[in-house]
Amino acid sequence: MTSNRLLFLLPLATLVVMAGFFGWSLLSGRDPAAIGSAMVGKPAPRLEAPSLRAGEPALDTALLKSGKPVLVNFFASWCTPCLAEHPLLLRLKERDGVAIVGVAWKNKPEEARASLAKLGDPFTRAGFDLDGKLAVDWGLSGVPETYLIDANGIVRLHFRAPIGPRELSQILALVKAGS
Amino acid sequence: MLLLLALFTWPAFAVEPREMLTDPALEARAREIGRTLRCVVCQNQAIDDSSAEVAHDMRRAVRERLVAGDSDAAVYEFMVARYGDYVLLKPPFKAGTLLLWLGGPLVLLIAGAALLVAARRRRAVPIPATEPLSAEEQRRLDALLGR
Repeated sequence: MTSNRLLFLLPLATLVVMAGFFGWSLLSGRDPAAIGSAMVGKPAPRLEAPSLRAGEPALDTALLKSGKPVLVNFFASWCTPCLAEHPLLLRLKERDGVAIVGVAWKNKPEEARASLAKLGDPFTRAGFDLDGKLAVDWGLSGVPETYLIDANGIVRLHFRAPIGPRELSQILALVKAGS
Repeated sequence: MLLLLALFTWPAFAVEPREMLTDPALEARAREIGRTLRCVVCQNQAIDDSSAEVAHDMRRAVRERLVAGDSDAAVYEFMVARYGDYVLLKPPFKAGTLLLWLGGPLVLLIAGAALLVAARRRRAVPIPATEPLSAEEQRRLDALLGR
């Protein structure tokens, strides 16, 4: 009976399907650990934090409604991946004139200040969130994470990783479209 | 000795005494919620079982919402709005998760149906009627049996 013969091919077919899935997973760069973002497309949460710099007023949600796109970057001086994205943030500020608000997460202000003094300060305004209360409102899972808020105060991008060249071009495309 | 063993092998439980609410009813609700919310940096641990910084912050946020008078559903909504469905250890039943919820029963159904069809087909094949032995065959059989 031919149908029974075809049945013998079933294990092989299963193997082919599974190998195809695993191969695709490996090659497509799919990250099963990625948790995605629920923030994109929604209005930015409140941004209230004490200032990292002496003599500057505290961070205020009004900073996100300046009529221009704003990048919000959570960082810490103890965070190694933050070092990797730091030159790109400096570039965004100096070459592209992007407004960046920095928030030091679970980082003593004096340590965050010292680190910025050493590495260069890419932030238009900077604050700190010592106990991580503000971060939960932003759906933060750790540092570094970066959000692009458009001119209307809507979150357009949310990266749960250090920004790299690909993220940089995404940011620049939206900043140019939005300003 | 057994007591010591029991003490040292207490299941991982990360809620610290200083986080707990003084109101036992609210604290019980916070525990119930904390058991079903997923820590966002530890793959498959509830926030109550994780000692990650973020898990601590999420437990605190849950308690803040409860103290502010939120219902359990509102607390879940608060977390899903910020961290997405990922944060729920039990995924919601919706279009995107249909296969997840119904895939198992569906496979069972298909396999059951296939088995049923196979069983029917087997029963439908009649057992061929045997012909009586010919005289020659009977003689050979007798010879083999030594009769």
